[in-house]
Amino acid sequence: MRPAPTFDLGKLNGGLRLPGEKANSTAMGIQVVPVPAQLVLPLTQHSGNAAQPVVGIGEKVLKGQLIADADGALSAPVHASSSGKVVAIEQWPVSRRHGDPAPCIIIECDGRDEAIGLAEPVIPYESLPLESLLQKILQGGIVGLGGAVFPTAQKLMQANTLPLESLLLNGVECEPYISCDDMLMREQAADVVKGAQILMYALGIQKCYIAIESDKPEALQKMADALTALNDSRMVVKMVPTIYPSGGEDQLVQLVTNKEVPSGGLPTDVGCLVQNVGTAAAVYRWICEGEPLISRVTTVTGDGIVSPMNVLARLGTPVAEIVAFAGGYTDRAKQLIIGGPMMGKSVTTDRVPLVKATNCILVMSHLAPPLDERPCIRCGECAVVCPVVLQPQELYWFACADDEVKLREHGLIDCIECGCCDLVCPSHIPLMASFRQAKARIRELADEKARAERARLRFEARTLRREIEEQKREDELAQQKRAAITAGPKEIQEMVERARRGKPPLERTEKGPD
Amino acid sequence: MEFERREAPYVRPPTSVGGMMREVLFALIPAALAYVWFFGAGFILNLLVAALFCAAGEAFMTHLRGRPPEEALSDFTAMVTAALIAFSMPALCPWWVTATASLFAIVVAKHLYGGMGYNIFNPAMAGYVVALVSFPMYMNFWTAPRIGDIDYHYLDFYETARYTLTGSLPEYLSFDAISRATPLDTVKTGLKSMLTFDEMYSNPLMGDFGGRGWEWIGNFTAIGGAWLLLRKIIRWHIPVAVLAGLLVPSGFMYFLDTGAHASPGFYLFSGGTILCAFFIATDPVTAATSPRGRLVYGFGIGFLIYAIRRWGSYADGVAFAVLLMNMARPAIDYLTRPRIVGHAKNEAR
Repeated sequence: MRPAPTFDLGKLNGGLRLPGEKANSTAMGIQVVPVPAQLVLPLTQHSGNAAQPVVGIGEKVLKGQLIADADGALSAPVHASSSGKVVAIEQWPVSRRHGDPAPCIIIECDGRDEAIGLAEPVIPYESLPLESLLQKILQGGIVGLGGAVFPTAQKLMQANTLPLESLLLNGVECEPYISCDDMLMREQAADVVKGAQILMYALGIQKCYIAIESDKPEALQKMADALTALNDSRMVVKMVPTIYPSGGEDQLVQLVTNKEVPSGGLPTDVGCLVQNVGTAAAVYRWICEGEPLISRVTTVTGDGIVSPMNVLARLGTPVAEIVAFAGGYTDRAKQLIIGGPMMGKSVTTDRVPLVKATNCILVMSHLAPPLDERPCIRCGECAVVCPVVLQPQELYWFACADDEVKLREHGLIDCIECGCCDLVCPSHIPLMASFRQAKARIRELADEKARAERARLRFEARTLRREIEEQKREDELAQQKRAAITAGPKEIQEMVERARRGKPPLERTEKGPD
Repeated sequence: MEFERREAPYVRPPTSVGGMMREVLFALIPAALAYVWFFGAGFILNLLVAALFCAAGEAFMTHLRGRPPEEALSDFTAMVTAALIAFSMPALCPWWVTATASLFAIVVAKHLYGGMGYNIFNPAMAGYVVALVSFPMYMNFWTAPRIGDIDYHYLDFYETARYTLTGSLPEYLSFDAISRATPLDTVKTGLKSMLTFDEMYSNPLMGDFGGRGWEWIGNFTAIGGAWLLLRKIIRWHIPVAVLAGLLVPSGFMYFLDTGAHASPGFYLFSGGTILCAFFIATDPVTAATSPRGRLVYGFGIGFLIYAIRRWGSYADGVAFAVLLMNMARPAIDYLTRPRIVGHAKNEAR
């Protein structure tokens, strides 16, 4: 089967054609980084609550052993990526926080790389009830590997109750430099499509689109071959144009299905569920081969790296070691970015470990952007490239004025922070950063409002409760008064007797001397 | 290894305001050459005066506002203003007229309204209008374009420079001797005195469409405009809408009565139409920003140009049309906001 021709139903608004810069890192196949001497596994490698450690310091762990369990529904467990000894559970720099520390489990590897025996034998997933299949996916520590790291099981559970039409497998790496999904599809296409089958089974849907950018002919071919080998007519490879940010979840849905994800909604609102190709492969390896998410393919590239390449590395491997494996830094290396050059995170130290979200380690030779901001000239180029059709030039004014109402009205919440506006701005205004800040402020305001509302409700409930109690007491008193008035001396005598009998013994003994 | 922390995106921006303005200046070169060819070296002197006073005004105002003047000057916006003023002025123009227009443009229309990016009115047009209402005699003093007319005395460079510096012509010449009505003036007065178009076009200065010389300046200006479109410095919406706003009503009126109305071609090629469509109305700061807004804004300018030329008291209406639509710009932007992806159709309002 040949890759399907580009028959894009939908169209992406705006977007940018960026120089890909991907050829450097795709020259050779995926290289395997040796297990390092020390693994650093952050407890938060997913969106949601931090995982709770289930191992103690000094404890021996084996490869694939659960070392931190999911805390609540929106969380994911963490597994040891190799065998060794837990030496510390402490703060360590992480890329999620730009190189600031966060709690991590640190394992000193023994070099034997011993795997833990499977708790239960691998059984064909078709024989598992749906509930336990989802539970199993959760236990594998699998999260969205495209970068959002949303727990996959949770995403499937949320989607399961909704009427879905299709699964969209996201093989679109629209950011420049990143090529890990490309290489994964070239080398492990079978895992990806089999993983997609599991996901389709778990969701009970009969349609799967595998979206791949037009600048990845090899991946397109390999995936098409894998589908031919599998002979599954439910899956179709779709070539999408190479435009940044076509790999954004909502943008991909729009491209492939010609449906717009409603503002504030999810792709499931238009009957789609999007999963990254890497996630699908991870699901396959966990469900069919029993290997939880303990390694991932990542791109090490940029003009600050001696030999750019894609590597398969254990989660927890320090970035410094992966860079050293790729030949080290060139003497021009100036900036370390985890992720792509558009949306990635600038990180202050290479001591940060590789985590589930790390799709790219980018080292650039220049510090960007130059800080020479000028006034906005309202040229509107930002509006031309905005994939959500916002008017960034207006939003920027409202953001400067801190005008929450106008910001909402002009759709700040719909901003996907792709950075297109920022890049094309001739005045070099840091639009993306100011929109992120404005969003944070709006969230803060909303939180504050919610807090105030809760406090108000509590106060009103308390006032009401007091009024009711007061009323009750008054009613009781009135009742007693009425009873006393209507009662004769005999009844009063009886009442006093009753009261005396009903009194606790302590009071009675006290009363004795009287 | 330790690194510095920066904000995304990390890709170097491909454009800058200074770069854009430089391209605008480049794009004006063909028009400038045509202008000098037809109307003489006076244009160059005007350009020098305008550039000098615009730069001085910019430096003075940024200094007053406590900002580094070299930064403001390095983005060439003041130079674009100066160039547009020079293009609007008659080729023979005393320096103080140009200087007044330049200073008003930069000091009042630009900086007193908040400086670059915040001004409501197109500075060049505001400056031009101030000169037009303050010095009507000088501003309406146009010479004949160079068309090989033997009866006409073209000033040489020395005489032009002398007029620009002192405002006086050589003794043997009077204003009336070299002053010629522009094609727009010819048609306006011609229609008032019930001349037919055949009679008006018997004047050799009327050319084929919009007047000898003027047509060619228009063509060369359009070359620069096309360059700007190709380089994506400007988008097509405003130029197309300006031309449509002018051609649609003029075409309609011409169709109704060819005897009482000049042809659309005349309006297209005379005066500052082309310059306005590509270089003046497209000033980003004072124009609408959404695609639909730009169409409305441009059409409004084109229509007003026609209305002023046809029914107003001024011969050309470009400056007034632009300033009027500048005022309407915030409302246009507000009413033409495009639908945000994922929102219902009328929700964006």
